[in-house]
Amino acid sequence: MSGVRQTWQVTLRGVRVFVRNPAYMGITLTQPLIWLVLFGALFKAVTRIPGFHGSYIDFLTPGIVVMLAVSSAGWSGMGFIEDIHGGVMDRQLASPVWRGALNAGTVIYTAVTIMVQTLLIVALGLALGASYEGGVAGVVVLILVGGLLGAAFSSLSNGVAVLARQREALIGAVTMVVLPLTFLSTALMQKSLMPAWIQTVAKFNPVNWAVEAGRSAATQQTDWGLVGSRLGLLVGLTVICGVFATRAFGHYQRTL
Amino acid sequence: METAIEAKDLRKTYPPDVTALDGLSLSVARGTIFGLLGRNGAGKSTTVRVLSTLSRPDGGTGRVAGIDVLGDPVGVRRVIGVVGQKHGSDGEATGRENLVLQGEFYGITGRVLRQRVTESLERFGLTDAGGRKAKTYSGGMSRRLDIAMGLLHRPEVLFLDEPTAGLDPEARVALWREIERLRSEEQMTILLTTHYMDEADRLASRLAIVDRGRVVVEGTPAGLKSGLEGDTIHVELDEATGGRAVEALGRVGEIDDVRIDGRSVRARARDGGAAVPAVLGALEARGVRATSVTMARPSLDEVYLRYAGRAFTATAATGGSLDEANQEFEGVAA
Repeated sequence: MSGVRQTWQVTLRGVRVFVRNPAYMGITLTQPLIWLVLFGALFKAVTRIPGFHGSYIDFLTPGIVVMLAVSSAGWSGMGFIEDIHGGVMDRQLASPVWRGALNAGTVIYTAVTIMVQTLLIVALGLALGASYEGGVAGVVVLILVGGLLGAAFSSLSNGVAVLARQREALIGAVTMVVLPLTFLSTALMQKSLMPAWIQTVAKFNPVNWAVEAGRSAATQQTDWGLVGSRLGLLVGLTVICGVFATRAFGHYQRTL
Repeated sequence: METAIEAKDLRKTYPPDVTALDGLSLSVARGTIFGLLGRNGAGKSTTVRVLSTLSRPDGGTGRVAGIDVLGDPVGVRRVIGVVGQKHGSDGEATGRENLVLQGEFYGITGRVLRQRVTESLERFGLTDAGGRKAKTYSGGMSRRLDIAMGLLHRPEVLFLDEPTAGLDPEARVALWREIERLRSEEQMTILLTTHYMDEADRLASRLAIVDRGRVVVEGTPAGLKSGLEGDTIHVELDEATGGRAVEALGRVGEIDDVRIDGRSVRARARDGGAAVPAVLGALEARGVRATSVTMARPSLDEVYLRYAGRAFTATAATGGSLDEANQEFEGVAA
């Protein structure tokens, strides 16, 4: 019970920073829109490649959501590094606070931010002519997928941050992971148009699980088996990453 | 008297081979302020980290308020307050929000929490600033917020790691008063680390000097001072001629325990008055000129220099390392 309260308090801390910094809020909210318009214009020609079918904006929306989720969540650990250098982390760890709350609170804040961004992308997609044949259920799945993927990567980022304690290390990790994972998925390119080896790698890529679930849910003939299995995989990944991040505090303390 | 903090034979090594604690033991009676003195890297902060459960020792045991720091760290965390060297507050949050979050971490909620936060802001003179972001606070205000946060859950034992470092003199004195009040009015047990002798002298009823991870001497400030017999002779040289001065003074039978720091030489003498002519004569014979000579009863500075001092520093021994300088000095003075 107190763990839940503490988690909520940590989430509030993130929300306050967000709400009190209009510039930060503005960037966070406009970024997804810029991405959708930019990538939409740039990759529009993909539809002219033989073998591509369907509306490109319908195809692209889930891809942008997922790309945004990994790249935003990747920076989640920055706050922890600042806390470590500022003495906030040590004060928190000297208190009886449930360690899980320190991670979960941040993860929830990150996931909620991503879900709001997803909603904005969906709305803009609609304005740009996306049809979302999967209806409300499809949009809900897409938001859920963005949130789950964001939660998993937020935990991962937090754990790496607490272990590495260096901004440079986290920047390096994010740079090394985010773009390759995006391009090793069907986020921007249809599966049948990708080289065979990338198709194989993509099967093990969480970013691709999210794209597949989001994209299938957005179509008229949703493959609920596929959506369910991919959501299940993402939930599993989120739990594993959450345990990893929570245990990282213990490792941090052993090095103090 | 009841023991509130007890450390026995604490050992800790940081990879690859930095020995932070090398068999450190100490015992603090309930309701007293205990001062831990020592240079940077002597092991003061590591001791605080181990006893406050932030860090685990490689060996040894610790008990705080009767609870084993290794066996029940969460139990210890509930009854201690920790104020670290760095500011532990979140600069983006207001003073009030910082206190509320801290209270929630200790399971204090609702009306009780709101009331305590208000009282706490008032007590530390932060009522007006309570709604402002902590990053706008002055150094003294930040420190008061840190301490308010460390005290919100009414701990039995408080750890203060260099609480007045970086404060202006006025803020320091104000903080000293507050620390004294905690002990006298709330019977709190406080373990305080510091670099400042005057701070330890004023606040601590007992103190330990820590060097290279162990306690080299422990006692009351008065006891430690009276343990140094005789007078301190303090000679100012007109230039830093460390090596020659030490060599010269090593031959003076009336004094011992010669310490040199730049142009400043200290020595102890059973009879200061009788030793002064001999000291001046010896210096002159070696061509070292003194600009002033003073004599004083030992202060805590002398106690510190005697037990942890390596005052014959690199500044005096130009080019030589600290350890070489010590050996040289010890060889001459022995």
